[in-house]
Amino acid sequence: MYSPEIVLEAVVNGLLTGAVYALVALGLTLVYGVLHIINFAHGALLTCAMFAVWGLATAFGIDPYLAIPPLVLVFFGMGYALQRFVIGPASHGDDNNMLLVTLGLSIAIENGLLAVFHSDTRGLEGDAAFQVVQLGPMLISRAKLIGFAGALLVAALLWLLLTTTDTGKAIRAVAREKLGARLVGIDVRHIYAVTFGLGCACLAVAACLLMPTYYVNPRVGNAFVLVAFTIVVLGGMGSVPGALLGGLFIGVVESMSGLFLGDSLGQLGIFVIFILVLLLRPTGMFGAKA
Amino acid sequence: MTGRDLLPPALLIGLLALVPWATSSNTMLNFLVTVLIVALAAQGWNLLGGFGGQFSFGHAAFFGTGAYATALLQIRGGVNAWIACLIGIAAGGVVGWVIGVLAFRARLRGSYFALVTLAFAEVLRILTNAADFTGGAAGLLLRLDVRPMNFQFASRAVFYWIALVCVAVVLLLTVMIERGRFGAQLAAVRENEEAARALGVDALAVKLRAITLSAAITAAAGCLYTQYFLYLDANIAYGSWISIEALLAAIVGGIGTVAGPVIGALTLHGLGELTKGFAGDITGVDLVLFGLLLVAAIGFAPLGIVGSLRRLRVVRLSGGAR
Repeated sequence: MYSPEIVLEAVVNGLLTGAVYALVALGLTLVYGVLHIINFAHGALLTCAMFAVWGLATAFGIDPYLAIPPLVLVFFGMGYALQRFVIGPASHGDDNNMLLVTLGLSIAIENGLLAVFHSDTRGLEGDAAFQVVQLGPMLISRAKLIGFAGALLVAALLWLLLTTTDTGKAIRAVAREKLGARLVGIDVRHIYAVTFGLGCACLAVAACLLMPTYYVNPRVGNAFVLVAFTIVVLGGMGSVPGALLGGLFIGVVESMSGLFLGDSLGQLGIFVIFILVLLLRPTGMFGAKA
Repeated sequence: MTGRDLLPPALLIGLLALVPWATSSNTMLNFLVTVLIVALAAQGWNLLGGFGGQFSFGHAAFFGTGAYATALLQIRGGVNAWIACLIGIAAGGVVGWVIGVLAFRARLRGSYFALVTLAFAEVLRILTNAADFTGGAAGLLLRLDVRPMNFQFASRAVFYWIALVCVAVVLLLTVMIERGRFGAQLAAVRENEEAARALGVDALAVKLRAITLSAAITAAAGCLYTQYFLYLDANIAYGSWISIEALLAAIVGGIGTVAGPVIGALTLHGLGELTKGFAGDITGVDLVLFGLLLVAAIGFAPLGIVGSLRRLRVVRLSGGAR
């Protein structure tokens, strides 16, 4: 029915897209692992980052890849401030409240962007989306290859940060045992905010890697964040390798169900997996027992 | 149940019932019907989220089921509109029960429960958007045939009163639940499920009853939506907007209070119209305000409007101590 080349190309494309999904999911899983909440504002913040990339490129002609360092810094700072001064104080330490506060933020951000930019869809100028690389029998988008490599690199850097630095140790300590961490002198509120900042920094990188081949509108983050939720649940909430493998897997699933079921039902595969994992094995493939 | 429990909600409904005599403005009545539909959906959310402590982010699944069942039964089955609405409410309850069985059996709570409800609503949205039977992306249009038999009225005021009666019935039901055994069990499960179970409360059964009732109430809002606007598509019926509005109205008005959802819906939409009046009709401006209000409500008034007023009264009655 489908020639092996087409299926192979769909798998490779799925893997490439999946790596960027994994990057978005990485930020989400990091926040979940430490703060034990799902950050519903994750999608809206990704949209923000994508608009920032688009704005820098359109207004000042800054290349999306060159925008990575400044945007990472800005989004880290923004995430830090959001957690430290808004989400933390407003939720009074209650998990359900934190969930609702991030939902409120996401509604405000998404519609703020809608009010400013309207619902038009925008993309970057230039032909980056059409440059291809020959890989055996396949033609692969160059920007997607860069996205794939970039996402893996960021995941590796994050892994190094968590395992080798003092801040990383503190983050893991807070994730494991909040009270114990406080007793040995770790400033838990600071670590919460750093973690949230790191989650947002992942989004900034993801936005820079996505924009050359993707488009942005005020609601674009929703599509990604639902996929990211699935990945995080699948990989086990709080697990970095889980998010990475989950992302690649979901990328392939999406591209395969798009190939076999068509575009409108293609998303369905993801949600079905999502619900099944939640119902049957909510700790995911790599997650620790809750 | 005492007179004092019933007095504030009765006053509120009485005041609202007088509105069509005070104004015949179609804009005003349109606005209030929308508010009542949202209020009804929020009352459903509040039963599960407020009294039961299970935060759903996907009440659109129930709203949409009510709305689609009502429309499909009439269009495809030739069923009378009133009967279609009743079946729509029941269908919403069934969907609620099924989701409840799946989610609560799997012991999902907190973030996980919020996510799974959201996912169910999305699945239903994608399916209805793709299937031919449900009219696909073009949506469904009900035939305009203005007769009371068809649940269609020439006067907006009549429809407004019917919506108000629905809200009033649910208010009464909520008071009865709050005062009754079921309400006490719900509160026990919300505060500490393990402790409730140790006392002999069948937590699963209590939560299932709550989600079924909650879903049926929100489905009723969907039925009203179909009959009032006579049009729906997947993004309206199963869209995240209604999940969010139901949750917002209940939380801003006063989570776990009887009148909270109604007060919340009135306040939110009142403020929304005001903002649009000041800022011009820019899409999204009112929702920015809603989002910030949600953050502010949780930060400064976790008990919502009703809860905060009640606390003020308690402080004043106790001589304003502290």
